[in-house]
Amino acid sequence: MRPLIAIIVREIIILKRRFIKQIFSFSVSPLLFLITFGWGFKDKVTVEGLPYIFFIIPGLIAMSSMRQSFALSSEINICRFYWKTFDEIRSTPITDLCYTAGEVISGMFRGCLAAMIVIIIALIFKVSVHLNMLFILSVLLNTFIFSSMAVITSMVVKTHAEQGMLNNFVMTPMAFLCGTFFPLGYYPVWARQIIQLLPLAHSSKAIRAASLGRLFPYSSLLYMLIFGCISFIIAVRVIRMSKD
Amino acid sequence: MIKIENLFKKYKNITAVNGLNLEVRKQEIYGFLGPNGAGKTTTIRILSTLTLPTSGSARINGHDVLKNPVQAKKEIGVIHQTRNIDPELTGYENLLIHGLLFKMKIKDIKKKADELLDFVDLKGDMHRLASKYSGGMRRRLTIARALIHSPNLLIMDEPTAGLDAVARRRVWGLIKRIRDRGGTIFLTTHYIEEAEYLSDRVGILDKGGLIAEGAPSKLVNDMGKIAVDIEGSDGLEAEFFETRGEAAEFLSKLNKNAVIRRANLEDVFIRLTGRRVNPAANQNK
Repeated sequence: MRPLIAIIVREIIILKRRFIKQIFSFSVSPLLFLITFGWGFKDKVTVEGLPYIFFIIPGLIAMSSMRQSFALSSEINICRFYWKTFDEIRSTPITDLCYTAGEVISGMFRGCLAAMIVIIIALIFKVSVHLNMLFILSVLLNTFIFSSMAVITSMVVKTHAEQGMLNNFVMTPMAFLCGTFFPLGYYPVWARQIIQLLPLAHSSKAIRAASLGRLFPYSSLLYMLIFGCISFIIAVRVIRMSKD
Repeated sequence: MIKIENLFKKYKNITAVNGLNLEVRKQEIYGFLGPNGAGKTTTIRILSTLTLPTSGSARINGHDVLKNPVQAKKEIGVIHQTRNIDPELTGYENLLIHGLLFKMKIKDIKKKADELLDFVDLKGDMHRLASKYSGGMRRRLTIARALIHSPNLLIMDEPTAGLDAVARRRVWGLIKRIRDRGGTIFLTTHYIEEAEYLSDRVGILDKGGLIAEGAPSKLVNDMGKIAVDIEGSDGLEAEFFETRGEAAEFLSKLNKNAVIRRANLEDVFIRLTGRRVNPAANQNK
């Protein structure tokens, strides 16, 4: 248990040290989206019978928590390629499972912090989010999926530049296309079927339903759980295979 | 403490470790000497379970690094070549995290960190961010970090690479003190004087295999402890003698420029391989 705590304590110390900068960086993107689409559109645009700002906030929670959880991959890569502290940690008796779990929990912590910041910013825009168990569970699963994926990609990429390409070509399109800014129903059927394979589509759907008090899509929650568990198992395996 | 048998590591077209056999005894400083690319770091990476061998075995205090890596890692403290401390943590926090990774209790870590930071002369800087440390301070912190869990074996990969002369001497002092406290040290280096000064025994590595092994003085004496450097058409050539008298006699019969000096491990390496351990030293001479 202590090696797991070590990985999490390290993350907390670093987050605490960077707190102001980190909060600022977590806030910029959701704040800009809310100013643009919230104030910009006011009540002129409604989606699914709601003013657009009510629709977009759950999407921003899903997107922001996804991005910050996935940012873990860059942190691991800095440890691998620049500071070489990854080798140092792997020279200690920490097991592959424990190391992966520690990193994933650290990523989830960041993701949840990012979600909280969006909730606080939403209050400034006079939109309150219904915080209930299903909402919390959906956010946790979202961060679990993307933290696990972050561990996988950090081990698969060979350079820091490859990591940047992955962010540009995979994560950014996913952030915009998975029901965060408009409902999946607007897509043609074939496109919708492809996008529904992506985990963020289910996260957006679940987080939105829970936060707006709508009928909750338990099938999406199940999909996220399965996707998250598979990603975590793969993450443990790639860590095991990281020995050269 | 370490037993390596018929160890091989191959990467596509390169054989980094080529049938290596060696044994390191308890409470000795074993110097693993060889030029860059000889396989020193690969051997250390195999011992610290970061690299998987192609074949052969390596045991640390009886624990096979392949079959029982977690147990093997509990026995060792590793000081990597790269001075890989966490720059976003303070000196003390680096030791704290490392101690937790070795399942130590926080009160034990605090006590040991206090003692070790004093030992490496970093107590006054323990709450400064490690990113603000100089190269020598970083190296001393990695030594303290590697000792936090009281390992039976300290593995050091080029512990003084990139340090200035003063910092290097300071690290040498620390290594000697660790051995005097009963520690076993396995260190790689391509600095001849470092291997000679620190090691109880050295193993000379070339192209992934051990080509000579023994106490530095014995290896030199077996070859002849007095060297005569003679200017030849292809540069300096050396002849070796048991005594200064024999060397002087040889010199008196010679009609060339020559210098008498004490032989060293570099001479042993050149005699065995025809090359220098540290090519940079060749340019300086």
